[in-house]
Amino acid sequence: MALTWKLSSYWDKFWHLANPKVFMGWSSRLLPIIIVMAAFCLSTGLIWGFFFTPDDARQGSTVKIIYLHVPAALVAINGYLLMFIGSLFWLIRRQHVSVLIAKATAPIGMAMTAIALLTGAIWGQPMWGTYWVWDPRLTSFFVLFLFYIGYIVLWSAIEDHDTAADLTSILALVGCGFALLSRYAVLFWSQGLHQGTTVTISDGVQQERISDVFFQPLLLSMAGFCLLFLALLLIGTRTELRARRLKMLELREQML
Amino acid sequence: MIKLFWRDVTLAVRSGGGFGLALIFFLIVVVLVPFAIGSDQIMLSKVAPGVLWLGALLACLLSLDRVFGLDFEDGTLDLLATSPIPLEGVYLAKVAAHWLTTGLPLTLAAPIYGLLFNLDFEVRQLLFLSLLFGTPALSLIGSFGSSLVLGVKRGGLLLSLLVLPLYIPTLIFGAQVARSAAIGQNFEVPLVLISIVSLITLAILPFAAAAALRINLR
Amino acid sequence: MMPDLGNYAVEVISAYGLSSIVLGFLIFTSVVRNARVKQRLADAEARKDA
Repeated sequence: MALTWKLSSYWDKFWHLANPKVFMGWSSRLLPIIIVMAAFCLSTGLIWGFFFTPDDARQGSTVKIIYLHVPAALVAINGYLLMFIGSLFWLIRRQHVSVLIAKATAPIGMAMTAIALLTGAIWGQPMWGTYWVWDPRLTSFFVLFLFYIGYIVLWSAIEDHDTAADLTSILALVGCGFALLSRYAVLFWSQGLHQGTTVTISDGVQQERISDVFFQPLLLSMAGFCLLFLALLLIGTRTELRARRLKMLELREQML
Repeated sequence: MIKLFWRDVTLAVRSGGGFGLALIFFLIVVVLVPFAIGSDQIMLSKVAPGVLWLGALLACLLSLDRVFGLDFEDGTLDLLATSPIPLEGVYLAKVAAHWLTTGLPLTLAAPIYGLLFNLDFEVRQLLFLSLLFGTPALSLIGSFGSSLVLGVKRGGLLLSLLVLPLYIPTLIFGAQVARSAAIGQNFEVPLVLISIVSLITLAILPFAAAAALRINLR
Repeated sequence: MMPDLGNYAVEVISAYGLSSIVLGFLIFTSVVRNARVKQRLADAEARKDA
């Protein structure tokens, strides 16, 4: 009994953080810390990875691309997940901050997807002899990119803020389901196409055991990308909150 | 609901929008393909199942903005929203009408167009089957997209931008069924999978589309 | 100072270069937009209070 009471009070406190004013308060205090941490992790991880790691025996120096490729991909996927969660909570709890978080996530996630695709293509050229293969992983990332674009375009197409928030949230929920479906469909499609003859792809972490020399800077760089994402997300959400308030004020001015 | 369905069907048939245009568009796409790829008979029959699927999919897009668009403009949708039929039902009736006037003709036409690519009877049969199970999903997803962009002026381009990525799973499985005969794999698995896609969309999208309609009518 | 990148110097450098361009653009636009909206909001609030 006491426990449920305590939990529910924590729950309320958590949602209290999403009150726009409260959000602006804590995010402005948290932001400098996150920016410093992001800058530290990112620069250390990337400089360590770029200058002070040995070349891979098989892949040569291209292995250095991993410090950009994998973290960007990580953030891109989890960004979509965050968009899903933000949209869901908007539809359930009607809290503006949550949908604005989703809105702010989209461009960042799209940029991260683009980085993952670009670095992947550049990496693919020397390793597989081609910039692009229609491999399940690559293809599903491309699909993810398209989903981000659709979400952003729908936001910009609808005038009324709340309508746009509702409709994009529905799109994000449905899109998430279809993104998952596409992921597995793509897996099926590509296996069906070149059974056995596919180039086996060593995408670093998952398929090969990666040695510590590479893994430690990678970990730092992943943390750096996540923190950078968080920093940009907070900035973006703050911008969106302000933009919303600005729009309301301007509307009021027009009416007077 | 049934009345609504027939009303939409007759409207589509009378205006000539659904039936005719989509089929002609499909035919033109099919005719353009050899110009793009070359007249090599063997190569054409290799890519034909995929091309026919893609053509049907694009033809399906053409009439989507009418699914709710016209009724939204002239206010019929507001009346429908206040009628005893839930909006989920309105959506399903609209989807059924769209499928009957677009999906079904395309399904029937595809095996005939397949003759142009010198496709075997078996491949054409599978093409027919896969479209039969796949086009309902195309109508369902497309109408959902149509319900999203109702309030947007000239939402046609936006609509295809939103809908096309959602079509990916359907296209993958559908084209796989049609191709599997040509490359000698069994077609049952993708056929089951495409039916699953159709059923999943049927189970989920009515609620999403009705929610979108309610938001747009607010 | 530069590590020896072997045969793949172009690839590695261009990967880092392109990524920093994209990231830089992203950071730049977020910060600029944030500053602009902040300024406009401050103006609007000032007008309202006046």
